[in-house]
Amino acid sequence: MDERLLGIVLDSFPKILIPGLTATIPLTVIAFSLAMVIAVAAALAQFARVPAVTQLCRFYIWVFRGTPLLVQLFVVFYGLPRVGITLDPFPAAVVVFSLNEGAYCAETVRAALEAVPAGQLEAGYCAGMSYLQTMRRIILPQAMRTAFPSLSNSLIAMVKDTSLASNITVVEMFRAAEQINAVVYEPLVLYIEVGLVYLLLSTALTWLQGVGERRLGAYQRQEG
Amino acid sequence: MLEVKGIRKSFGALEVLKGVDLTVNRGDVAVILGPSGSGKTTLLRCVNFLETADGGTLAFDGEEFRLGHVPRRDVLRLRRKTAFVFQSYNLFLNKTALENVTEGLIVARKMPKAQAVELGRRALDRVGMSGRMDHYPSQLSGGQQQRVAIARAMAADPEIIYFDEPTSALDPELTGEVLAVMRRLAEDGVTMLVVTHELGFARTVSNQVVFMEDGAVVEAGPTREVFERPREARTRAFLQPGGQSE
Repeated sequence: MDERLLGIVLDSFPKILIPGLTATIPLTVIAFSLAMVIAVAAALAQFARVPAVTQLCRFYIWVFRGTPLLVQLFVVFYGLPRVGITLDPFPAAVVVFSLNEGAYCAETVRAALEAVPAGQLEAGYCAGMSYLQTMRRIILPQAMRTAFPSLSNSLIAMVKDTSLASNITVVEMFRAAEQINAVVYEPLVLYIEVGLVYLLLSTALTWLQGVGERRLGAYQRQEG
Repeated sequence: MLEVKGIRKSFGALEVLKGVDLTVNRGDVAVILGPSGSGKTTLLRCVNFLETADGGTLAFDGEEFRLGHVPRRDVLRLRRKTAFVFQSYNLFLNKTALENVTEGLIVARKMPKAQAVELGRRALDRVGMSGRMDHYPSQLSGGQQQRVAIARAMAADPEIIYFDEPTSALDPELTGEVLAVMRRLAEDGVTMLVVTHELGFARTVSNQVVFMEDGAVVEAGPTREVFERPREARTRAFLQPGGQSE
């Protein structure tokens, strides 16, 4: 009995880890990168109070924060083919995860931009810099430092949320575990095993967050 | 070099500047004095377009502008001829002392980095900060931050430096070191327009005084005249406590 379980664990481990490397991690990395682009763009537009664009951003954030991720996945993957938009599972997941994550992170970045003292922008102007130059060189770097812990948090949450992509047939780690379970029926062992792999990824990201914060925080350290 | 006429500014129903005139010539050290709430800081901020004035004209280097209608490109161009020192320093928090000085040179004025760094080192040396070039603002005292801010202001060799109560956030000990730096700038012939509460500095360093109250100029003239023979009773009361009884 124990030997059989051990065999299942050893046999299933690479079968779970490989989809982790080929699906979970790429999905997270691609979607989170796109989410960052969306978030920074939406936050900057709102910060600058570009009239129509700000309204559009508010609407986008309202919709994507206000509906379940799972529903969004179903609408895009199962729903959109009805209107002629058919996406493969992985691209569909990328679209949904980046839009969903972008909505949350846009709020984080916007709050961080607003937390930068107003004098920083004025100092940029008085140094002869334009609005865009000051945003890029002074305001945004400071805001990203402030936003970094929250954004790391979002990233860690997203790694785990990618398991929802199993519902639209993306073979990522969780779906791999499910498929093995369907054959050997050892739910306790297999689901704990896949949970541990997620824990491993989250731990690595938490560690990276610490490294990143120390790097970015150099200018905030007091002397002595 | 700088001539402002009839500048007006309201915040909502509150009229902060009620048609103020101001002239600064090249080489002048002009100070704006006056009680809190007299509109001194707003005047300075309007002159550098940090606030948009409601009306009036501004002539800089012979170019004349209608305040409230200055195109953004001209605002940028004029700001590159001037510099501003804030009460709260406003050093770029994510930049070292040296980077604070070079940032505007490299980014706004497109100066090659090596040249900017050379200028930056020299400017920091002039304010006695050469030992702390790689420190971030959070690692510097208020007085040191303000000296870096002054180095940042003078590095671009502006035609005029505006100072907005540069020592008001500092305790007396640190005030001295900042005033000493400003005194040296004045001796070097840098044109300065200074909003301050430091009467001693105004009396000994400036050559022009503008005394403001309630958004209007009460009295303006050469420093010695205004201090020694103020025409207005209000000026006398402000400059010489007890002087009203004369």
